[in-house]
This record gives sequence, C-alpha cells and structure tokens, in this order.
Amino acid sequence: MEINNFLLIGALLFSIGMAVVVTKRNAILVLMGIELMLNAVNLNLLAFAQNDPNRLQGQIFALFVIVIAAAEVTIALAIILKVYNYYKTIDLTQVDELKN
Amino acid sequence: MNDVLSIDPKLIKGIAFAVFAAITLFGAGYLLLTKNILYAAYGLLVAFLGMSGLYVFAGADFVAVTQIMVYIGGILVLMIFGIMLTQNKVMKAESSNAIIVSSKNIMWGIVTAVAFFVGLLTMLYQAKFKLSKAYVAPESTVDKIGISLLTENLLMFEVVGVLLLIALIGAAFVAKKLKNE
Repeated sequence: MEINNFLLIGALLFSIGMAVVVTKRNAILVLMGIELMLNAVNLNLLAFAQNDPNRLQGQIFALFVIVIAAAEVTIALAIILKVYNYYKTIDLTQVDELKN
Repeated sequence: MNDVLSIDPKLIKGIAFAVFAAITLFGAGYLLLTKNILYAAYGLLVAFLGMSGLYVFAGADFVAVTQIMVYIGGILVLMIFGIMLTQNKVMKAESSNAIIVSSKNIMWGIVTAVAFFVGLLTMLYQAKFKLSKAYVAPESTVDKIGISLLTENLLMFEVVGVLLLIALIGAAFVAKKLKNE
C-alpha cells in the first residue's frame, strides 16, 4: 500500500485523539483519546516498517509501544479510581484542589 | 476464465483498505462525538478492530494479532471496568442516564485538532521520504520478530517485561483500599 495513505489516516486519528483529550471532561474518556493517539503513532511505525523487511525495526518498536500503553493504562486507571474515592467524581473540571 | 471474474487484485486491495480505514475513522469519530461513555468505549473497540485490519495491510500480521489481544482483550476491558467502578450513585438518582457526560472547551479543542492536522498534512506532503522499494513480505513476520526479540532486542524485551510487572504491582498497590477509608 502507498505509504501516504497510512500516514494520512495516522494524522487524522492523531488529531481526533487530540480533540478527544482537549474537549472531554471525563478522565476515562481522556485516557481513551491518549490510546487513540498511541495507535496513530503505531500505524506510522508499521507503515515505515514495510520498507525494512529484513529487520522489521518498526514492528518491534510498535510492540514495545503497545506494552508501554498497557502499563500506562493500568496505572492511570488505578489513579482514577483513587481520585474517584476521594472526590466522588472523575469530572476533570471539578477535581481542582491540591490540598483539602 | 470468464472475463467478468478477472478483476484487478490491486483494486480489491484498495477497496478493502478503504473499508478498514473507514471503519477505523468511524470508530474514532464516534468516540469524539458521542456523549455516552459506554458508547465511546464501543467506538474505541471499532476503531481498534479497524486499526488491526490496517496493520495487516502494512504487512504486520503479528502486531495486528497483538493489537486485538492487548488492546481489545486487555485495555478496553480495563477501561469498561473503570467506567463501571466510577459511576456516581447520586447522579444516578437524579438523571436518567448517569454515564452521559458533557464536553468543555469545544471550540479550542476543534481549533487545536484542526491546526495540528493541517500542520501534519503540510509536513507529509512536503516531505520527500527516501524509501527503499516498498515490499510486503509474503511470509509471516512471526519468525523474524521472535528471533529479533531474543537476539538483537533481548535487553529491551527483558526491561519492558520487568516494567510491565512493576506497573501492574504498582497499580494494584495504588488502587487498594486503605484501612482508614
């Protein structure tokens, strides 16, 4: 496949993910936007890995990105659960005090 | 052979690629536009599935399977757990559907995203990538990735395994209930 198609879709997905991160008020939705952005980056890595069929460095890197994303989302959800226990909400506009 | 059946395989490939791209973008767009968190999770599911189809078109079969297993089997399930564990009972009493959330900064969000997209687009079409000839291996990439992970990238492989272990233990520790709560 032509590499520009992949890069175009990746750019679109990254922009959509960024819009989700900026506009949503729920912390879990912000996390979903970040996952979308990580996926867009992965798509670019794999698109360029097509031209490296012997070593496949892009694919290896994409695998590591997936693992880091999994680690990141577990930590983030643990923090979100803690925030929910304390504030009884995960609305990011209401979680605005540093010290009670 | 019948002439009607002899369709250009490149055309079929292009159509299939467009279908997967449309599925991915539909899922992502639905995630952006919907107000219901649970529907947003399903939109993300559709986006991940379409994305793994696109990975196959880039010749990355192993990464596509990993995408389905890790993202859909792991991350999305975790997120749905998170959605269910953070529902507020007070909200549930007064509204018909508590998982509906509103947005903020809509104008700034759209401005940022569109500006970023235009920037990326101009960069893409001005860039002159010096690529060797694009070649999608007809054979599976599983062998190559396995050998590479245990020889060339062994240290990274081990470190990322330890990192994942530490992250999971840390997440369980952070999320546990303290005695005074």
